[in-house]
Amino acid sequence: MSKKTTVKAGSKSAAKKSVKASAKTAVKGSKKASAKADNFGGLSEDLLLRIHDLMVKSRVLEERLIKIYKAGEAYFWIGGPGEEAFGVPLGLLARKGQGPAYDWFHLHYRCTPTMVALGMNMVDSIRLIMNRATDPSTGGRNFANHYCFPQWNVAPVTSPIEVQYPLACGTAHVQKRFGKKALSIVTGGDAGTAEGDFASALILASRKGQELPVLITVQNNKFGISTPFEGQHGETHIADRAKAFNIRARVINGNDPVETYLAMQEEMEYIRKTGKPSFIEAHVSRLYGHSSADGANKKASMVDPVFTFENRLIDAGILTEKAAKKIWEIYEAEGVAAQEQARTEPVPTPESVWEHVYVDSENADWRKF
Amino acid sequence: MASVAQAIRMALHYGETNLGVKDIFGQDVGAPLGGVFTATQGLKTAWNSPLDERGIIGMAMGIAMGGDKCVAEIQFADYIFNTIDLLKIAGNTLWCTNGQVQLPMVVMTPVGAGIFGSVYHSHSFDAWASRLPGWKIVMPSNPLDAYGLMLAAIKDPNPVLYLKSKALMRHKGDELIPGEPSDEKELKAMIDKPVQNAEGWKPRWPDLEEYIVPIGKGKITHEGEHITVVTYSRMVHLCDEVAHKLAGEGISVEVIDLRSIYPYDWQMIKSSIEKTGRVLFVNEDTEVTNFGEHLAYRATQELFYQLMARPRVLAGKNLPGIGLHPNLEKNSVPQLHDIETAIREVVAEVP
Repeated sequence: MSKKTTVKAGSKSAAKKSVKASAKTAVKGSKKASAKADNFGGLSEDLLLRIHDLMVKSRVLEERLIKIYKAGEAYFWIGGPGEEAFGVPLGLLARKGQGPAYDWFHLHYRCTPTMVALGMNMVDSIRLIMNRATDPSTGGRNFANHYCFPQWNVAPVTSPIEVQYPLACGTAHVQKRFGKKALSIVTGGDAGTAEGDFASALILASRKGQELPVLITVQNNKFGISTPFEGQHGETHIADRAKAFNIRARVINGNDPVETYLAMQEEMEYIRKTGKPSFIEAHVSRLYGHSSADGANKKASMVDPVFTFENRLIDAGILTEKAAKKIWEIYEAEGVAAQEQARTEPVPTPESVWEHVYVDSENADWRKF
Repeated sequence: MASVAQAIRMALHYGETNLGVKDIFGQDVGAPLGGVFTATQGLKTAWNSPLDERGIIGMAMGIAMGGDKCVAEIQFADYIFNTIDLLKIAGNTLWCTNGQVQLPMVVMTPVGAGIFGSVYHSHSFDAWASRLPGWKIVMPSNPLDAYGLMLAAIKDPNPVLYLKSKALMRHKGDELIPGEPSDEKELKAMIDKPVQNAEGWKPRWPDLEEYIVPIGKGKITHEGEHITVVTYSRMVHLCDEVAHKLAGEGISVEVIDLRSIYPYDWQMIKSSIEKTGRVLFVNEDTEVTNFGEHLAYRATQELFYQLMARPRVLAGKNLPGIGLHPNLEKNSVPQLHDIETAIREVVAEVP
């Protein structure tokens, strides 16, 4: 199933107008009190619709980013369309805030759904890929989806894979000492588990009597750039490796937001209660390949978690096709308007290369010592 | 007088008591050993990490990101090489986040030769470290500087690499650390873990005071008129010894202990070269590509017309390792006679 998500040019004013409308409002009138065979694990209709809404928003945003790249308005795209069913529940379940009393996120570059669920505006992701000085994550200095939002404890995303895993143990160590039952969440890909940093995190998180409150996750999309899972792994499940460290571990269908939500909720509660780590391997789709380096074209053969979930909600009478269509349109218009806005915004100045090499922009230029 | 190891230990104690240090950690850093050079004995926040350098650096970055201050140790600089991309990330985090995320952390590691440690206990790291923008790098040559630079490193809001010479760990200076008892036996009884029957031992820390050696400020350890010798860490003592010897022959050598690799005290180097007209850069890292080369380049660019001789770099030979036999080590890193010969050559050169 495919959906047209592009709003034609020429409807600028209409687009702007529709951005103001809330996708939530569009959904409200669509609810039907029909009998449902699927009980969605007991999740409320409001929550299910919220998850769907954010999954659509994230997908539309990612597809907008790809369009921006393909139109030549960005140098590189990398992202996570296909991981919405995993990333959105993750963002919704975490304790959002700044400082050790709140959860920390050590994300990789496929985590737009989590950022959208946390409340990131589309325009801020677009500012990042278009390298605007207004980009709140990097000030125009880094690649797409290399998010950094200190106000939500979102650590800077790095291009080297898997280095975020031991960092999560560091923030978890601080959180444990602080004693407010906050946890550190780390995400990464299946191929990256070949890196030693993955093993470092398993060891640091699981030392007897010194266990750390970390939710260690792997989004297994069965590919490392172009190399299939079988070409890189001998283990049956990556989660089995966590079990060897006495870390509680499970494998879930990361394309099902309900299963993901419930599993993650359970594991987060376990971590907050015990102060010990937990491990989730989520099987997800990689709908647009690895990055712009391999074309960023949609793979029709993969499960699309957004449309699968949308159809499920429609079948259950929780959402109508009309309301669903409206949600896609509203977010598409928001994306277009955000791109237009970002185009007008300033880019970094050449002189700004010297800023923030050291704290308070202390002189970094040896010529001036 | 305290040794460098004792000075570092006292600085870390001061740091965890007064400057908010909450974790001092690394391989064998905590009890029972307290560090292979005893620099972390008896510290209340010291703990043993797994034998995992990448885990140590990653953990330190996470602790710093989480808002706490830590001092992490890599047991020997020879084993820091497999963390180099993490060091790169730690150095670029502030820049990449446009000033949003600070990593105020200290990483200390013993460097250099001089203990006959062979191929994997003799590496230098200063030239590598100088290529990690975003880090400040310090290299003390004596206990008082070791103390003052550690306090400066802990207080600094940026990541700081604290490179301590393996060979200087037992070196004793001639200046007391503020608060240190003047009787070194008394100090030893207070803060050194007994070799035997150490169970239940706790240190009695002297009433230490804050003493800061600003990062980026060098020190003239021997004043002179005929040549400037710019060095740091273990080589300071060799250069000073040669300077004393040559003074008796009427060759007046000015020795600068740089103390910080980055930022470095260019103004001190510059005014000294302007006075002497000659300069030799001495360190034990390998000669291709060496931090002294950068300084020699700058001296040539900025002071060319004030120089009376070609600037020269005396460094370790460009070898894959330092052999265990003394004949091998001594022919790999600068020795007294190498420094003396180089000084004589530069001084003898006539424009």
